[in-house]
Amino acid sequence: MIEIKDIHKSFGDNYVLKGISGKFEAGMNNLIIGGSGSGKTTLLKCMVGLHEPDEGYVLYDGRDFTRLTKDERIDIRKEIGMLFQNSALFDSMTVQENVMFALNMFTKQSKEEKLERVNFCLNRVNLEGKNDLYPSELSGGMKKRVGIARAISMQPKYLFVDEPNSGLDPLTSIVIDELIDEITNEYNITTVVVTHDMNSVMGIGESILFLAEGKKEWEGSNKEIAHTDNQRVNDFVFASKFAQAAKEKL
Amino acid sequence: MFTDFGRYILLLKAVFKRPEQWKIYWKNISHEMVYIGVNSLYLIGIISVFVGAVMTLQIAFQLQSDLIPKTIIGSVNRDSAILELSPTISALVLAGKIGSSISSEIGTMRVTEQIDALEIMGINAPGFLILPKIIAGVTMIPLLVIVSIALNIIGGYIGGTFSGAITGSDYYRGITEGFNPFTIVVSLVKAFFFGFIITTVSAYQGYYVKGSALEVGRASTSTVVISCISILCADYVITDLLL
Repeated sequence: MIEIKDIHKSFGDNYVLKGISGKFEAGMNNLIIGGSGSGKTTLLKCMVGLHEPDEGYVLYDGRDFTRLTKDERIDIRKEIGMLFQNSALFDSMTVQENVMFALNMFTKQSKEEKLERVNFCLNRVNLEGKNDLYPSELSGGMKKRVGIARAISMQPKYLFVDEPNSGLDPLTSIVIDELIDEITNEYNITTVVVTHDMNSVMGIGESILFLAEGKKEWEGSNKEIAHTDNQRVNDFVFASKFAQAAKEKL
Repeated sequence: MFTDFGRYILLLKAVFKRPEQWKIYWKNISHEMVYIGVNSLYLIGIISVFVGAVMTLQIAFQLQSDLIPKTIIGSVNRDSAILELSPTISALVLAGKIGSSISSEIGTMRVTEQIDALEIMGINAPGFLILPKIIAGVTMIPLLVIVSIALNIIGGYIGGTFSGAITGSDYYRGITEGFNPFTIVVSLVKAFFFGFIITTVSAYQGYYVKGSALEVGRASTSTVVISCISILCADYVITDLLL
């Protein structure tokens, strides 16, 4: 479980996060949603240590990540996997080298063992046999899947996903969502997904944190979000005519 | 400016931390050595031969006197090549070729979140990305300068004899007489520091890029400008200290 307590973050005069607290349970898809500029990605970056919060704590199963030094954080970092918005695959490496990268850096496994793990991860994301391709030879959806394979290569306890569906067609988005959902349940991972894709919210949003103007506006599940009285949440979730029509049928 | 210098020092501190896996670092170092050293050989070779040839003609033009022996042309060309032209011109050219490339490579990794991905994994990103480039720079640039000196002197021979400004035997006597081996030490010390400046300045500019591809381009331009000025300043300081 990951717990955040009273997270504040500003960049100069721009006050982005204004005291956000919440809990992200293991084995669940925990979604952080909100409009553009609401602070979702900043919160995610504070949680993984890419930004240092001005105030507040991030606890990984009770371990206070924010108070650790950079070197002391390495043990927790080895338990973290992350899928970036644009996949962030290493351009100069093949798919196999990308997935094997953390194994090479942090494990003493033999080459055969590492290769076996890489193939397992690639099979898990339905990319068997794509080992020797370079990121430039992959489609957007394939890059995301390689990103997921790389993120799970070290068997993480915590998985962070930033905008998994940006730039993908609806069908590929569903495939990626289902993959995240399956992996989360299969390995009992604490998964935190930042998104503003309503299909993801309705499809895999077991726990949802809605941010507005740097504050926690609402929290609940995908079953609750359709019936909430919160005007801001309704305005956001049911902004499109398609969503409004779906709501009327509910 | 002070903030930048402070960040540069902090980046260097992070670069020289103990690597996670020496084996992978060695692989990267050899890759960078090929890129910085072997791939620059052709360019440095052409420039050095022409600079040597032109220098010989200009020295011959300035020393047109019956009182000055022709062998002096070879001596002056040799010492100019060793002490100044080979290390400095090579470094200025490499600042453009290698410096902008390092800056773009690291800057692109920054804006596409590849550096964030390294940090999330718990890898010391400055060490992993920059240390191999520094080691390759401070070893390969001195080697390139040695090659450059040799080709500069050969270029002087070709240019001088081809134009008739000096005979081959006079030139040969000139380059072998009164040779002070310490000049080679000065040249290599310069090359070592120039290699360090080129790789670290370009890596710093790339590592702290913020924004988009446009900023990556700007960082590349800044790299070349700052590296060239730093090389010329370092050139003066080293020359003053060692000679």
